[in-house]
Amino acid sequence: MIKCKHATQMLSEKLDRPLSTKEKMALAMHTAICGPCRQFGKQMETIRELSKSYAQAKEPEEK
Amino acid sequence: MIHANVSVEVDQSAAKNIFQDAVFIEELRTQMFKFAKLQVRDNQLAEDAVQEAMFSAYQNIERFARQAAFKTWVFSILKNKIIDLLRKEKRHTSASQLEDGPNLSGEALLEHLFEENGHWQKDERPKKWDQPDHGVENEHFWRIFDACLDALPAKYGRLFMMREFLEMDTPEICHNEEVSVSSLNVTLYRARLRLRECLEDHWFQKEKS
Repeated sequence: MIKCKHATQMLSEKLDRPLSTKEKMALAMHTAICGPCRQFGKQMETIRELSKSYAQAKEPEEK
Repeated sequence: MIHANVSVEVDQSAAKNIFQDAVFIEELRTQMFKFAKLQVRDNQLAEDAVQEAMFSAYQNIERFARQAAFKTWVFSILKNKIIDLLRKEKRHTSASQLEDGPNLSGEALLEHLFEENGHWQKDERPKKWDQPDHGVENEHFWRIFDACLDALPAKYGRLFMMREFLEMDTPEICHNEEVSVSSLNVTLYRARLRLRECLEDHWFQKEKS
């Protein structure tokens, strides 16, 4: 089982490169049982969206 | 299509209004300068990039009737100017030469966030981020976002902005900055860790308290 430290790195790298099937599985297994890492994953996506809004000088879109 | 000519005329006068709206232009200019400055870290270069982007935009002003469309477009010109600047100044300061910077970075940051066994430190576990009713507080949020970006070590900030603001791809960043792919990915990870923590501490949790 991978630990949070490793899982968070993969959740970040997911935004920069395609993960391998093996990595995806390990990550899915981890996030299934780890709430904080699930939050972390969502927040990585939020940070990406916020940065996009920032760079286009737009208001962030409501969800 | 019968009304094509009419609508073009309307657009032109609306377009002129964009530059006549001094408040809008001044705010836009300030916003652009801040954006450029954050990335090129030089007042004069940032100022020049903004001027040039404004000038290119002005030459095509008749294509933009709405301020919002104009703004998006002038920012995309500015982004390209910044990419050019970063390419040119490659020899002077590539990220490989920048320090990680003071405060928690690198291994110290990881030790602060995670226990030795690789699990989150209890106090550092990510909390749920509510989508706050930004509304009037939007401006306040972006000020915090700015402050958090500014607080990143120079190297983190530079690579993060290349990826997220300028949307440069991995091979280009690595070539430009003389860093390996794995080092880029690790740096982006650490930048996001820091930024995430900063936003949570200063915005998302603060709202609740």
